[in-house]
Amino acid sequence: MSEIPILEVKNLHAKVADEDTEILRGVDLTLAKGEIHAIMGPNGSGKSTLAKIVAGHPAYEPTEGQVRYLGQDVLELDPDERARLGIFLAFQYPVEIPGVSIANFMRTAMQAHLDEGEELDLFDFQDQLLERMELLDMDPSFAERHVNDGFSGGEKKRNEILQMAVLRPKLAVMDETDSGLDIDALQVVANGVKKLHAEDPEMTVLIITHYQRLLNYIQPDHVHVMVGGRIVRSGGPELAEELETEGYEQFRAPA
Amino acid sequence: MPQNEVVEGLGLDQYKYHFITEDEPVFRSGRGLNEKVVREISAQKDEPQWMLDFRLKALKIYNAKPMPTWGGDLSNLEAVLDQIYFYVRPQEKMERSWDDVPANIKDTFEKLGIPEAEQKILAGVGAQYESEMVYHSLKEEWDAKGVIFDSIEDGLKNHPELFREHFGTVIPSADNKFAAMNSAVWSGGSFVYIPKGVELDTPLQAYFRVNQEQMGQFERTLIIADEGAKAHYIEGCTAPVYSTESFHSGVIEIIVKAGAHFRYTTIQNWSNNMYNLVTQRALVHEHATMEWLDGNLGSKLTMKYPSCFLVGEGAHGSVLSIAYSGDGQHQDTGGKVVHAAPNTSSQIISKSISKGTGRSTYRGLCKVYEGSVNSRSNVECDALLIHPTSRTDTYPYIEIEEKQANVGHEATVSKVGDEQLFYLMSRGMSEEEAMAMIVRGFIEPIAKLLPLEYAVELNRLIELEMEGSVG
Repeated sequence: MSEIPILEVKNLHAKVADEDTEILRGVDLTLAKGEIHAIMGPNGSGKSTLAKIVAGHPAYEPTEGQVRYLGQDVLELDPDERARLGIFLAFQYPVEIPGVSIANFMRTAMQAHLDEGEELDLFDFQDQLLERMELLDMDPSFAERHVNDGFSGGEKKRNEILQMAVLRPKLAVMDETDSGLDIDALQVVANGVKKLHAEDPEMTVLIITHYQRLLNYIQPDHVHVMVGGRIVRSGGPELAEELETEGYEQFRAPA
Repeated sequence: MPQNEVVEGLGLDQYKYHFITEDEPVFRSGRGLNEKVVREISAQKDEPQWMLDFRLKALKIYNAKPMPTWGGDLSNLEAVLDQIYFYVRPQEKMERSWDDVPANIKDTFEKLGIPEAEQKILAGVGAQYESEMVYHSLKEEWDAKGVIFDSIEDGLKNHPELFREHFGTVIPSADNKFAAMNSAVWSGGSFVYIPKGVELDTPLQAYFRVNQEQMGQFERTLIIADEGAKAHYIEGCTAPVYSTESFHSGVIEIIVKAGAHFRYTTIQNWSNNMYNLVTQRALVHEHATMEWLDGNLGSKLTMKYPSCFLVGEGAHGSVLSIAYSGDGQHQDTGGKVVHAAPNTSSQIISKSISKGTGRSTYRGLCKVYEGSVNSRSNVECDALLIHPTSRTDTYPYIEIEEKQANVGHEATVSKVGDEQLFYLMSRGMSEEEAMAMIVRGFIEPIAKLLPLEYAVELNRLIELEMEGSVG
């Protein structure tokens, strides 16, 4: 008997909530537990929209189809409910929360992941946070800084990886995590994801990217090409290299 | 990790604020304000003639001054004032020891969430219950240092010369209509004197609350920090919710002498039917520092602009304020700094949060008199709007007569963004938790200056206020 896929997207159509233009036009995608998938595509292909819809962004409205997470249709769930089930979105543009330290933020997020009535032990939390930061070669003083406030692009993305490390999701969706990073920052982020996946091989990762370069550091099991709101081709890691040399032109629908 | 965050989880944050304790006042004046009431108050307090004269003169000024037409909506206020009691005295005598404090009043303090440990550590709690101090004790070491921390009534009785020399000198009765009213009917409040060179590590604290329906409260506080002294005074208040409107008008006068350093912290959480019109002002002498830390969370309408008059060379004044306006509330707050000497410096930092139909107004004055060379002032006001129906206004008055002065002003308005909420929710926090976190972060620059227990209390209040903010 085959296992229930961690994520199953079926004929998903979606648009921006108060506009008419359809951005996703029938996406089908299945991720099995522990796999690493990459969705590649040109700007405007809908790949980031897919990431946001999986996480429940209120600005996007699914109009048809299903998103199943471990067999459960999650489209009706609020973003926080999805997060508590184990879905994590690493943001392309992490948001600044002035005045809130990363430690405070992480503690509140971890508490939110516990069952009702269960209290996070503060000493446990401290230990865990420090251990996670050590795993990612981060300085403990980072936790005192205010969330993304005045961060460089690289620091913002590292903060996303730290959150992922602390929350230990079952499904991590990485929305253009590589955008705007220099090669050093890219390596740091990629190594973080690799460590987390090595630590928990059951964690499933969906990498959304425009470029192939992140995939030089994280080898995906499957690569999908998204153009015009649809997955137009799927293959192995060699597909990413092909795209790198030949570009997306070949997939564009004839005018 | 900052200490605040650790303690927040320790259960010290049980703060309840809607409750009523039954008690029987010993004396209650008639409703409304007239000469008879003023004479009764003065007689009840067994005051010297000069104070009665002072009160009666203030009453005339009050009657002569029109209601302010600026600030918040005071159109209903006359009717409210006709109905309230201007004086209530719950007990005959001051309590000297905690054991003597009646159980129902202790119960009130319990509900106020003053932790027991804190009650013991902070021996210098002056608690104003109803219109008068019922409990007031001083740490022995403070006595030894010559510090006076009395009820205002005892200050007048026991230190008549010191009292008379300073009383009404910072805020004259004619300053504004409500200062005149307070001068006529004041009752309760603190008298504080810190002798030369004395530094206090533990803050002086006064908790008080109004508990008699339709009773006005007119606390009067006079503080003198003598040369080189250093101290921190904290006033926090909360009131139960009643259906009829209530009124509070305090006058706080502070004299900060040469080289002294004084901080005055207020957190007001009056019930949402309260008019809270307060005059707070400090005279700041040579190289002295005055800091107002002002939190306005409750009341129907608050009009309060803590002021620093920088009268000595090198004086520094700062006003840091947080205002929270929920449904139907209007916080018209800010600060005033007046530079009247060379090399003076000041800052005003104001942060307001408006939720639902709440309205927050920043109203501030920065005045630099000619001759105040090399004076510097910086004004920063930030407003956060939670809902599309929330409102904020900014009135920054700047009057500069001196060319060699440097005055800066910055104002921002931000809204709680969908992206911020989504970001926090995508980490598992509910929308309410996310909202509370954004608000806490917004006020953090000021909240972090509060003593720990106040910061905890403030955070808890914000969480309570954010409940039901979604939808």
